[in-house]
Amino acid sequence: MYATNYHRASSVQDAVKLKSGADEGKYLSGGMTLIATMKQRLASPSDLVDLRHIPDLKGISVNGKSVRIGAATTHFDVASSADLKAVCPAICDLAHHIGDPHVRHMGTIGGSVANNDPAADYPSALLALDAIVVTNAREIKAADFFTGLFETALEDGEMIVAITFDAPAKAAYAKFRNPASRYAMTGVFVARRDNGDVRVAVTGAGADGVFRHSGMEAALAANWSPDALAAITVDPSDLMADIHASSEYRANLVKVMAKRAVAAAS
Amino acid sequence: MAKVKMTVNGRQVGSDCEDRTLLVHFLRDNLALTGTHVGCDTTQCGACVVHMDGRSVKSCTILAAQAAGSTITTIEGLAANGELHPVQAAFKANHGLQCGFCTPGMVMTAVDMIRRHGANLDEATVRAELDGNICRCTGYHNIVKSILAAAAEMAGAQQAAE
Repeated sequence: MYATNYHRASSVQDAVKLKSGADEGKYLSGGMTLIATMKQRLASPSDLVDLRHIPDLKGISVNGKSVRIGAATTHFDVASSADLKAVCPAICDLAHHIGDPHVRHMGTIGGSVANNDPAADYPSALLALDAIVVTNAREIKAADFFTGLFETALEDGEMIVAITFDAPAKAAYAKFRNPASRYAMTGVFVARRDNGDVRVAVTGAGADGVFRHSGMEAALAANWSPDALAAITVDPSDLMADIHASSEYRANLVKVMAKRAVAAAS
Repeated sequence: MAKVKMTVNGRQVGSDCEDRTLLVHFLRDNLALTGTHVGCDTTQCGACVVHMDGRSVKSCTILAAQAAGSTITTIEGLAANGELHPVQAAFKANHGLQCGFCTPGMVMTAVDMIRRHGANLDEATVRAELDGNICRCTGYHNIVKSILAAAAEMAGAQQAAE
């Protein structure tokens, strides 16, 4: 790891100030991606601004169907929140399958969302749940937030404060996990609203990162059942290919994971 | 260089290190607590697992500076008054190791999972919870046996105390 300067922020304002004063500063949350990347010398921020000790960024609040998850809330705390489980168990289940127990004790929802790894789990949930990314400056709809591989709508210095969404009637996440990295080789999050509106968001497969599949959404809106997806074909031309899976294999996985998610949705 | 202070195994410690120093190197090099191992160095293997403020974490992927002010428990902090912790005793009794390199991380992971699941631990849960710990010798079988034995022993001891 190249040399860096560590700063601990006590408030959101303090964090923004510390980062603006740095040469090439980065916000540091759980560090489960950033520290690992710095160790490989793939990132070399001059300064790190640690957000883990800012009280405003922590905690989960559930008010009826309305959910707010502080950006520095760990995957473990999302996975084990009884309040959240009561209204949206799918997001708890998603968090429970990120990385491993030790990673879940450190990694945070805000960190994962800000990084927008194309194989990360949370982006699919945010897109399918029509979530809002609340920053220190504004509110951004998930659909406008994820703009490409590791790219988001965040401006320089802007930081995520919380994620908010309304719990759907039914939802589930199904993930085909890369057994070595524990990232999604393909993950599909499905959500159905009381008004019949359906969203299907896919992570780990898209060449441009997380995306919605309108064909599946229309089929599931007409008939909320795994069988409704039988006739759907997923176009492999916009999907990733790597040593783990070809685009065609991922295309099949998208369909299989979507079926599993619908079958599991509660 | 900054002085990093934390509580390690019940003792207040402070030592100078660079901001980029990893917690595992701070423990091993600055504090001479070499029980915590560096295995893969890429957040996969879990040989470096310690507890930070009561939760298991991978100390190879945390800066010492991030851990400043926290309470750390390492494998050296488990045994009390010369008596092995029940998890350590169970690993010994069930031969839950071969070469022993992964063992400190396995034991710290086991203590954390027993804290969270208590007597409800079953084999499937233990195997799932060992996701972040790699052993290249044992095939995990005796490690799982050790953890289940320790969980049962600790639940029994807790019942006896009540």
